[in-house]
Amino acid sequence: MLQTKTIEIIVGIFVLLGLAALLMLSMKVSNLSTLGDTDGYRIEAEFLNIGGLKTRSPVKMAGVVIGRVADIYIDSDTYNAVVVMNISNDYKNIPQDTSASILTAGLLGSNISAWGRAVRKPSLMKVIEIMITSDAVVLEQIIGQFMYNQAASDDEEW
Amino acid sequence: MTALSGSRLTPRESSRRIALFVQPTLRMLNNNNELTATTTPLVKIRGLTFHRGGRLIFDNVDIDIPCGAITGIMGPSGCGKTTLLRLIGGQLKPAAGTVEFDGMVINRLRRPQLFEVRKRMGMLFQSGALLTDMNLFDNIAFPLREHTALPESMIHDLVIMKLEAVGLRGARYLMPSELSGGMARRAALARAIALDPEMIMYDEPFTGQDPISMGMLIRLIKRTNDALGLTSIMVSHDVAETASIADYIYVLSDGKVVGQGTPDEIRDSDSEWVRQFMDAKPDGPVPFHYPAPPYDDELLTERDGS
Amino acid sequence: MIGGFVEFLRFLGRFGLGFFERLGRAHLFLLSLLVCLPAVVRRWRLVVLQIYSVGFLSLIIIVVSGLFVGMVLGLQGYNTLVDFGAEESLGVLVALSLVRELGPVVSALLFAGRAGSALTAEIGLMKATEQLSAMEMMAVDPFKRVIGPRFMAGFISMPLLAAMFSAVGVMGGYFVGVGLLGVDDGAFWSQMQSAVELREDILNGVIKSIVFGIAVTWIAVFEGYDTVPTSEGISRATTRTVVNSSLAILGLDFILTALMFN
Repeated sequence: MLQTKTIEIIVGIFVLLGLAALLMLSMKVSNLSTLGDTDGYRIEAEFLNIGGLKTRSPVKMAGVVIGRVADIYIDSDTYNAVVVMNISNDYKNIPQDTSASILTAGLLGSNISAWGRAVRKPSLMKVIEIMITSDAVVLEQIIGQFMYNQAASDDEEW
Repeated sequence: MTALSGSRLTPRESSRRIALFVQPTLRMLNNNNELTATTTPLVKIRGLTFHRGGRLIFDNVDIDIPCGAITGIMGPSGCGKTTLLRLIGGQLKPAAGTVEFDGMVINRLRRPQLFEVRKRMGMLFQSGALLTDMNLFDNIAFPLREHTALPESMIHDLVIMKLEAVGLRGARYLMPSELSGGMARRAALARAIALDPEMIMYDEPFTGQDPISMGMLIRLIKRTNDALGLTSIMVSHDVAETASIADYIYVLSDGKVVGQGTPDEIRDSDSEWVRQFMDAKPDGPVPFHYPAPPYDDELLTERDGS
Repeated sequence: MIGGFVEFLRFLGRFGLGFFERLGRAHLFLLSLLVCLPAVVRRWRLVVLQIYSVGFLSLIIIVVSGLFVGMVLGLQGYNTLVDFGAEESLGVLVALSLVRELGPVVSALLFAGRAGSALTAEIGLMKATEQLSAMEMMAVDPFKRVIGPRFMAGFISMPLLAAMFSAVGVMGGYFVGVGLLGVDDGAFWSQMQSAVELREDILNGVIKSIVFGIAVTWIAVFEGYDTVPTSEGISRATTRTVVNSSLAILGLDFILTALMFN
C-alpha cells in the first residue's frame, strides 16, 4: 500500500492527464480553433439550388479559404436559397462583380468558390449581394445532361 | 461516563476525556479493581417478538441487563443469540416489543440519534471484523479518528495504551490477515473500548479458541468489565467459561427464556431445558433428530413407493 | 401438463416480482447514496484514494485498448474509404467514431469489467466479513465512509478515462493512416477539425461517459452491498455487475444517441 501522499500525487496526475486529453480533443480534433473568427463581415448570395452545402462549409477565393457559411435560409419573395457568408476582415476588397458557385469537395463536403475580376477600386460596402451565382452541381443533372448530349450526338451521326 | 451529543468532540472536551480514558486503562493494566454491580438495568427488553425466514426467533421475551455486571446469554445454536445483540444495537427492528437502552427505546430512534447511541456501545464480533485494508494501529485508531478531533500524537498514545491493555502493543503494524484468530479478537476488543463505551457486547467470544487464548480472553473480559465499570453482555454456548465470569445468566431456547439467574442458581436448576444444556445431554427438549418421517418406513420403501 | 404450465407461470411471477423488488431496492439504495454525497465531498481524501484504485489503475487497459481501437479504425476506415476516393476523410471517420460512440462506450465496458467487478467484490467481501456491520456498530455510516467515496470516484474517473481513450485512439488512427498508409497529414487533421463539433460531438461524448460512469458505479456498488454474504454469492454478484453494467451501457447509449444525434 503506497503512502497517502504518493497516492494523492498520482491521482492529481491522473486527473491532469484526463483533462489534457479532453483539451487535446477540443483543440486538435474539433473545430474550436476555427470558431475564433466570428468577427468579419457578411455577404449574402442567392442560389437556386444549394446542393449539399451546410453551415460552416468553407468559402474559398482562388482556392484560399476566406470565410465560412454562417447561415442558409429561403428568401420569402423569390423562394430562392440565400446563403449568408461570414468573410474574414482580412479580405475586405472583394470586387463587386464576383461570382460565387457551389462546388463539391470530396465525398463529404460542399464549399463555395468565387471567381472575381481584379479591379483597382475595391468596393467597400459591408453587405454585398452577389448577383451572379452558379448553382450547385448536382450529380443527377450532370448525368442526365451527359446522356442527353450523348443521345443528341448519336442522333446526329445518323 | 456518557458520550457528548454531536458527532465530534471539541479539543477541550477531548482533553478532558483523555484524563478519563487514561485512568481506567491504567487501572486495568494494574489489575484488581472490584466494582459492585448496581441493580438498575441498563438494557430493558420487554415483549420482544422477532421473525426471520418464516421462523419465530423470539416470542414475547423479557430480559434485563443489569448495569456494571457481566450478563451471559446462553442457549443452543440457532436460538437467536446473535440476533439479540443486533436487536439491542438497533441493526434489526423487532416485530413487536421494545428494546430500551438507558431509557431510550432503540427500535424507535431515528438514524442520527441511533448513531449517537451506538457510540456508547462497543461490539466484539465473532471473527473480530477488523477492517482489512488497514493495519492494527489504524484499526484501533479508526473510531478515535472518526468521532473525535484529537491530534495524531494523542491518538497515538491512546492506541498504544489500548494495545498494551490487550497485550498486542508489539503487533501494532501488522495487517489483520497476518493475525491469528485469538490475536484478532484481542485487537477487536481494543477497538471496542477505544471510545470508552458504557456497554460491550461479545458475540461468541470463546468459540474455536485454544485453551491459552481462551484463558487470556476470559481474563481480559473480566478485567475490562471491572476496571472500566462496563456493562458486558456475553453471548456464548461455552457453559463452563461463561459460568466462570458471568454475574447473571439467561438461558434461551425456542424463542423463550427457559432459565435465568446467577451461575449457581442455573447450575442447580431443575428445568429440563436448562439441565440438557448445562449437562450437555445430546437429546432432550432440544431433539437430536431433525424432524423426519419414520426411519423404518424410509428403509423399507422401494423407489416406486411400494 | 396443466400443472407444469401453472408451475411455469408461478416461476415467471416469482421472477418478475423478484426483479421488481431488486429494482426498487436498487433505487432506494441510490437515494440514500445521493443523500450522503455532501458529507462524502467533505471527506475528499477518501475519494482521492478511491480515484487512485478505480481510475488510475484502469489507465493501462484503457490506453492500450484505445490505441488498438484507433489503429483498427484507421486500417478498416482506409480500406473502405479508398474505394470512394475519400481516404482524405479518414481523420473524420476515426475522430467521429471515437468521440461520439467508441470512446464513451468501449471505455465504459472496460471500466465495468475491471473496476466495476473489483468494487463489487470488495464491498461484498466487506459485507461477508461483517466489516460493514462493525462500522455501523461503531457509529460510522458505511454509506459515507465506504460506499459514497467509491461512487464518487467512479463517476469522476469515467469521463476522464473516456477522453483519454478517444485521444489515444485518434493518435492511433493517425499513426496507421498517415504514418503507414500514406494519407495526407494536413488533410487528416483539417478535415477532422471541420467535421468534429465541440458542442455536438465532444460535449455529448463527455455527457455520455458521465451517464455511463454513474450507471456502472451504481450497479457495481449496489451489487456488492446487496450480495448474499457467502463466497458463491459474491462471485454471482460480480458476474451480475459485469453483465448488467454492459447491458445498461449499451441501452443507455442507444437512448442518448437517439436524443443527441438525430
